Amino acid sequence: MEDHVLVIFPHPDDEAFGVAGTILSHTQSGTPVTYVCLTLGEMGRNMGRPLIANRETLPDIRLKELEEACRLLGIEDLRRFGMRDKTIEFTDEGLLIDRISEVIDDVKPSLIITFYPGYAVHPDHNATAAAVIQAVKKIQPDDRPTVHALAFSEGCEDILGEPDIVHDVSRFSSQKMKVIEAHQSQTAGVFQTMKQRFLDQDETVMERMNTERFWTFPVDKS
Amino acid sequence: MKPIDPRLVQETISEYAGKELYVHLETTNGAYASHNNQGFFSVGTFLRNARIKYVQGKITGEGPYRIGLELEGGWAYAEGLTDWEIDSQNQILFAGHDPDGKLAIAFQLSEKPFRK
Ligand SMILES: [Zn+2]
Repeated sequence: MEDHVLVIFPHPDDEAFGVAGTILSHTQSGTPVTYVCLTLGEMGRNMGRPLIANRETLPDIRLKELEEACRLLGIEDLRRFGMRDKTIEFTDEGLLIDRISEVIDDVKPSLIITFYPGYAVHPDHNATAAAVIQAVKKIQPDDRPTVHALAFSEGCEDILGEPDIVHDVSRFSSQKMKVIEAHQSQTAGVFQTMKQRFLDQDETVMERMNTERFWTFPVDKS
Repeated sequence: MKPIDPRLVQETISEYAGKELYVHLETTNGAYASHNNQGFFSVGTFLRNARIKYVQGKITGEGPYRIGLELEGGWAYAEGLTDWEIDSQNQILFAGHDPDGKLAIAFQLSEKPFRK
């Protein structure tokens, strides 16, 4: 069992599809989870169905969705960095690393969950993860938390190999579904289809809901 | 937002001519476009809170619409606009939503800066 889990992602909803079950497994066994979310996904293209948001109201709507998702996940410590969506790769990397280091010093996580730098498609995902790894590298090797990284770029398994961490989260699937639904403005277009396919036991959707896969990031060797 | 009424938009454009404004201009096909379709050449642009002052401007097209603003020393234009609103902050928001309802372009003007 972990002492404290630190989840670091750039966008509200990054925690929903690939990580929600894992987060629930921690919070439901009493392990505190801190979630650092760098932006409010201000630049999202999905505006809800029917349209419920515009470019200026989207951040407020996504903040409410994020807070509801955290409630459903049992996350009591949400920390927002107030950065802007799609700008993470252009930010002052040293400042970002320092802010992440401050959180690590504060919560002293035994496990960090983030994206796998270079294998997470969205530039914000890759830049966030790269900064997290740099922050972890600054810690003395013996004191470093484990890093579980999420990769999903095309062909990532050819290079990284199979993920070494595979969690069966099927017992949390209905709660995970609620977390996905909580990010309404972003998921409304796909949610009903996905839920129906899950109920119909569609293999791809079942696999996606029930299994969460991570690579332990080789901080010491990188 | 509501579907663009070109007559009302033209009135608004004319009303704001000559004012010192802040502009938000953005096009996007999404960060996942090349992930979902390997051959896709993804482009986008984003500019927020640049200062702008236009001499005159027009809305044209049959919908989706185009808006062009003639600046003292240049031009600004946007195409593919479908919806608009003037929000409670008096910010003029134009957007182009694709057939799936996803935002593809945003063109916005405001007398006060947009929040960062
Ligand atoms: Zn994301």
